[in-house]
Amino acid sequence: MTTPSRSAVPDWFDASETRLLGKACTRCRSVFFPPTIDRCRNPRCGGDVLETHPLSTRGRIWSWTRNHYKPPAPYVSGDPFEPYTVLAVELEEDGLVVLGQLSPDSPPANVGDMVSLRTEKLLEDEDGVQLVWRWTLDNSETVEVAS
Amino acid sequence: MSGVAVLGVGMHPWGKFGKSFVEYGRVAARAALEDAGIDWTDVQMVAGANTWRGGYPGLVSGAAFAQELGWNGTRLSSSFAACASGAQAIGAARAHILAGLCDVALVIGADVAPKGFFGPFGGGDQTDPDWLRFRLLGATNPTYFGLYAQRRIAAYGASERDFAMVKAKNSRAGALNPNARFTKVVTEDEVLASAYVAEPLHLLDVCATSDGAAALVITSEDYARRKQLERGGRAVRISALSTNSPTYPNNVIEMPNFATDSTLAVPAPDEGFKTSLASSAYAEAGLGPDDLNLAEVYDLSTALELDWYEHIGLCAEGEAEKILHDGVTSLGGRVPVNPSGGLASFGEAVPAQAIAQVVELTVQLRGDAGERQVPNANVGMSINQGLFGHGSAVIVTA
Ligand SMILES: [Zn+2]
Repeated sequence: MTTPSRSAVPDWFDASETRLLGKACTRCRSVFFPPTIDRCRNPRCGGDVLETHPLSTRGRIWSWTRNHYKPPAPYVSGDPFEPYTVLAVELEEDGLVVLGQLSPDSPPANVGDMVSLRTEKLLEDEDGVQLVWRWTLDNSETVEVAS
Repeated sequence: MSGVAVLGVGMHPWGKFGKSFVEYGRVAARAALEDAGIDWTDVQMVAGANTWRGGYPGLVSGAAFAQELGWNGTRLSSSFAACASGAQAIGAARAHILAGLCDVALVIGADVAPKGFFGPFGGGDQTDPDWLRFRLLGATNPTYFGLYAQRRIAAYGASERDFAMVKAKNSRAGALNPNARFTKVVTEDEVLASAYVAEPLHLLDVCATSDGAAALVITSEDYARRKQLERGGRAVRISALSTNSPTYPNNVIEMPNFATDSTLAVPAPDEGFKTSLASSAYAEAGLGPDDLNLAEVYDLSTALELDWYEHIGLCAEGEAEKILHDGVTSLGGRVPVNPSGGLASFGEAVPAQAIAQVVELTVQLRGDAGERQVPNANVGMSINQGLFGHGSAVIVTA
């Protein structure tokens, strides 16, 4: 029997397709994440038709930090607590930087490295496993460190 | 246009005392009134900077402080703008004075701090992005500070030792400030030996949270002039105060966001948000970075202090480490930064902090800063950034 699993934030993250779900303005093409908006936030547009826009699943690390202290709830820490790395990843095709944890299974990654999106377990509750997006080092293209 | 003067300043020392924010605020307010040489009954407006940690009274802080001092029929204002709350309270009082609606205002900010990391704002709303950033990412406030610090390392070749040097510098200044919470001089090696919090930042790179309070009596310049004739010249002028928002698209990742705005349809503005806070204030005052004699910047982390050097125009982008090493920003340097000791020595008391920055500028411009006095201080800037697109800069001139 498999444990049922679901995205921890279904409107933001499609766990079965491993895609972050942004929104795009049909008038000016501005992209937004998270998708929790109903009207374009480009001050010179104000368009009110937004469509779901899956973000690029590959990007370049803008910066990273490794948290060595157990954060407060509602973060669910393992026991014993394991430090974890948070990345800010530049998605060139979408013109934005988005946050996500580095997968604990990924090799170490540095600023300028390419990473790709994957689906991993965030936590388990009475209804099953909750899934979240994480990044993993993607060696399929070597790049120089951005400055 | 007639200007606005700072006639009196007061503080409650920073620390952890287990008392109510209202009491801290009263102590600071009484000190500011005494410093200004006026009675509480002379005050026509109370502008409070809000704290959500004081419960309901914290969210209506103007009224809470006025009641504590004794209802007096004053105009009231209560401001919340995260770390910029104090500056917004000053701004509300200043606007009333400039509009001619009153002559004398008391601005107060006070806080009680929880232990350790700040949790999500406002509790348990599971659709709130501020809740979700903790839940999904474990993105504490120091996480964002760590991202900025690592970016300086990658982009400009900064080192953890450079960051530690900022803490050492600020601790030397803070050791001379009786209102600071941390008055022990810290060495770079001690910073580097402290545990990582958000690598590359160590525990001693990241500011603590504190109780504390600060207050200002601000008045019309005419009123200040009359008082000065009675008491000798001690007022300084608020020449500019900016509280502008970012401009779309803001392409820098900001606490507590999950992502930046997109530059796909609209290119990023020439000036980033933090730089725009400084340049709005410079434009309003008719001054520039070369005019500054000192600055109080929001060193939530040591690396962020270096970012501010560039945002306020003390040096070009990527050169902050160089001017730090050259001693430009130390006491005795060309433009001392955080001569108060900064957040490194105080720990953050959110709604009081922007007011405390202006207290330090005022004390320095009066020549009353004792051992940490900046010589010939005539122009000072304070600047900070809060959550949710809030920020502020204040220029004070002698
Ligand atoms: Zn649009």
